[in-house]
Amino acid sequence: MRIEGYGRVDRDVSLDFSFDGRRFAGHPGDTLASALMAEGVVLTGRSFKYHRPRGVLTDTSAEPNALVTVGRGAGRDPNTRATVQELYNGLEARSQNRWPTLSLDLWAVNDLAAPFLGAGFYYKTFMWPRAFWEKLYEPIIRRAAGLGALSGEADGERYEKAYAFCDLLVIGAGPAGLMAARVAAEAGAQVILCTEEPRFGGRLLAEAEEVDGQPGHLWVAGVLARLRGMDNVRLMPRTTVTGAYDGGTYGALERVSHHVADPQGAPRECFWRIVAQRAVLAAGALERPVAFGDNDRPGVMLASALRGYLHRYGAAPGRQVAVFTNNDDGHRTARDLARAGLNVVALVDSRHDAESLAGEVPFFPGWQVCGTQGRRRLSGITLRAPDGRRDVLQVEALGVSGGYNPSLHLTCHMGARPVWRDDIAAFVPPAAHVPGLTVAGSANGAFTTYGCLTEGAEAGAEAVRVLGFRAEVADNIPQANNTPNRLRRLWAVPGRGRAWLDFQNDVTVKDVRQAAAENYASVEHMKRYTTQGMATDQGKSSNVSALAILADATGRDIPETGTTTFRPPYSPIAIAAMGAGGQGAGFAPERFTTSHEASLRRAAPMVEAGLWYRPSYFPVKGERHWRPACDREVRMVRDRVGVCDVSTLGKIDLQGRDVGRFLDCVYANTFSTLKPGRTRYGLMLREDGFVMDDGTTARLAELHWLMTTTTAAAGQVMRHLDWVKQAYAQGWDVRFISVTEQWAQFAVAGPQARDLLNDVLDAPIDNLGFPYMANGAVSIGGTRARLFRISFSGEHAYEVAVPSRYGAALWDLLVARAEALGGGPYGMEALNVLRIEKGHITHAEIHGRTTAHDIGMGRMIAAKDCIGRTMAGRPGLVNDREELVGLRPLAGGTLTAGAHLFAPEADPVRENDHGYTTSACFSPTLGEERALGFLLNGHRRHGETVRLVDHLRGIDTLCEVTAPCAFDPTGGRLRD
Amino acid sequence: MRLTCPLCGARDRREFTYQGDAIMLTRPSNDDPTAFSDWLHLRDNPAGRTRDLWYHEAGCCAWLVVERDTVTHAVHSVALVEGEDAD
Repeated sequence: MRIEGYGRVDRDVSLDFSFDGRRFAGHPGDTLASALMAEGVVLTGRSFKYHRPRGVLTDTSAEPNALVTVGRGAGRDPNTRATVQELYNGLEARSQNRWPTLSLDLWAVNDLAAPFLGAGFYYKTFMWPRAFWEKLYEPIIRRAAGLGALSGEADGERYEKAYAFCDLLVIGAGPAGLMAARVAAEAGAQVILCTEEPRFGGRLLAEAEEVDGQPGHLWVAGVLARLRGMDNVRLMPRTTVTGAYDGGTYGALERVSHHVADPQGAPRECFWRIVAQRAVLAAGALERPVAFGDNDRPGVMLASALRGYLHRYGAAPGRQVAVFTNNDDGHRTARDLARAGLNVVALVDSRHDAESLAGEVPFFPGWQVCGTQGRRRLSGITLRAPDGRRDVLQVEALGVSGGYNPSLHLTCHMGARPVWRDDIAAFVPPAAHVPGLTVAGSANGAFTTYGCLTEGAEAGAEAVRVLGFRAEVADNIPQANNTPNRLRRLWAVPGRGRAWLDFQNDVTVKDVRQAAAENYASVEHMKRYTTQGMATDQGKSSNVSALAILADATGRDIPETGTTTFRPPYSPIAIAAMGAGGQGAGFAPERFTTSHEASLRRAAPMVEAGLWYRPSYFPVKGERHWRPACDREVRMVRDRVGVCDVSTLGKIDLQGRDVGRFLDCVYANTFSTLKPGRTRYGLMLREDGFVMDDGTTARLAELHWLMTTTTAAAGQVMRHLDWVKQAYAQGWDVRFISVTEQWAQFAVAGPQARDLLNDVLDAPIDNLGFPYMANGAVSIGGTRARLFRISFSGEHAYEVAVPSRYGAALWDLLVARAEALGGGPYGMEALNVLRIEKGHITHAEIHGRTTAHDIGMGRMIAAKDCIGRTMAGRPGLVNDREELVGLRPLAGGTLTAGAHLFAPEADPVRENDHGYTTSACFSPTLGEERALGFLLNGHRRHGETVRLVDHLRGIDTLCEVTAPCAFDPTGGRLRD
Repeated sequence: MRLTCPLCGARDRREFTYQGDAIMLTRPSNDDPTAFSDWLHLRDNPAGRTRDLWYHEAGCCAWLVVERDTVTHAVHSVALVEGEDAD
């Protein structure tokens, strides 16, 4: 129902929405929870385990009960707290965890079995047979218990992530947060003010209370107007600061467009990383209920929430209401509800000596509420007098207050533990917690408005003074209520019926006591045994009460019992927000070569090589499969000429007098003796003696060198060179930079490679002037280019490099000339076959566990100090190694990479393993399958027969061991 | 977590690559395998101050020695591996 004259919703405008298909209306400014309440809907959900009817408990983000699914289709949003969801026209919400409907939920039979389903039930019952857990028990339990579900489809909604920086981050915009922000902003600091609510003002919007002689909400409006007028203030509504991290970094979730029907292109949520020099936590405090029999009946709410719905939305769950409290704050609810014209039938205060602060309301000091009546909503409560006498009252709503817990969660995100304050019966932040963070107001245990205003102002001033700003606080504090809230502890009312603590996970007082009785006496054990505090609300309304009951059950006091650990996030964050931008193509950057478009025009399928995309093969008419294309391209290179884009190899330009000396250090073999115009193969080791990478390095001129790395290890090699240079070669005359992106480089390979090049070079080359492993400057159509006579294919081959802006044009030119000679482009598949035929290694072979010795290059390690030399000499890295060999099938059959090698007569089991294969292909040149692999002492076993077994693919083939190089072993083709 | 690169200023830790103990700076000068093996493989695991190597990979590519506390997460100093006036 709506209360006339109350609430700050816009009653002139009506918004249509639906809940479980029924149509309702609310107003701008409503939450889904307030609009449902105004429409008389009290039952909003079913509980997790027992499917008990539940209604709204809070008016905050800590809501454990009123979880609904909003929207439909792929982007539907389950487990949305109705207390947070703002109303918009056309909003569709559905209840969760019920079947078939919310009012008739057949799973509620679980509640009848409740005597058997208490703490530890699953652990004790579903122990055996073991296999039944996964196949039978768990699926049924999951079906019966649970919350809302995602659609299972890809979420098409937009999410965003962003960074922000400030001098002062103020978390919470109640009286403390507003004062902190105002004082700091007036001092000139860059301030970010976040509130998780849609409006700034915090609890001042939910109370009938004056600040500075005017209604609280008007004072808020004044402060806000001032903050809005300052360009050093950033106001962030609907933004929950979810975690505190090292270095003044805070995570925050902004709900950008959950509150509008049409986001107009805005993202749904944005995850912020806010870097703040200082921060003030002014997150307020959360009221906690008192546990008593059947205290989960829809209509039983927190007293502060009942008051909040009245003042904020003019909504109430019924006309007949009562309040049950152990502190003065509950009296304010009774007072305000009575003033609003509701029939407050009882103010029950568990304190014998309490005096009513609620005027004419019937007052029951020393009484307690010990039970409730009703089916799907509250219809009555049972009171118990100090002398044991009982009374039953008809009510539609009950406000309960057990005191307040400061929202100190963020202070504990970096390992600090809260401390217990007996006078307010609550945990407060410890003296030292998150560096740079101070706590002010109710979050710090200051439970009066004046206390909040004062602490906020002081915290804001102190924070920016540390940063060098002049901040004034003196006599700046507005007049406000400063009456402390008196309280006498009451956690649970003894008596019959289940008294609920954790509403979201269905944990009762009895469950906690049972955990203690079974010696789960540590708070962390109790939590896991009962699931107390493990739901999406993380026990915000129940943890302190539960551990107080555990303390009582184990005969300890509360500080001794301790708390569980608060971890980020403060409230749930969609994974989609944290991973914003990472879906689909956003998952990883894409790197394209200059020939990419040309390759796509030829319908070449692309394969990923690191972040690069490289053509797999270039199909011609009639080729429907990679193999015919690959075989053709291999023959083309061996017989005529092929062109391949090799720009993805890492290219590092090195200059200086000490480059030779530097390369001697990072390569296993010697480079300082290399003459300008010559190129050399180099093997790079890690410090532990294993191979890191290989490639060629060309000496372009006396002081100018160019290193190439493999595509996969380019980043690692660059990092390694930086390391060696900065750590071990300080003061050497060496400078280097990656030029991978700056140069396009193409391999031209095959017997007609020189013919092709001489077609395009401005000045022709010959074998004498440009022998194998030569390099030099050339020009193509007047453009300066670099030519290297190097070969990965084993053919007479060159690599020609031009600045990237000429790459696409040169590619087209080379391919056209190659085709005129009967050749053409070749892709990664052919490249791989060509190198396997030659026994050349890639990272399939140098995979991090192989040494120079293993790949037959042990003698390349020169007698000089270089990275990895000492460790490579360890006996275990030289003796009885699995060594690189070639393999060919003795009687046909397929060879695969990843197969294992055994003696022919041996049982193919792990104990008899003699090695494994790393690369395999069909060699069109040799007309048979070929593989490379590592075989125990393989260097000495050429000619032997081994058994190749691939258990996964069902392959078992006898193979002959050969040298790795199976084609042109003398290298004659390289030098012609 | 944030690190203040001496060249670039305060940056988010996502710009940096962690390597390990700064003991890697003191490479054995001889070729004694035992000395090398100890240097390469043996590490202290202190609760308290450590000196770590970080690489400003998404920044200036400087290798850095970061002195920090594994218990409090406080960062005490960030220095260049390569002395600023080394060459």
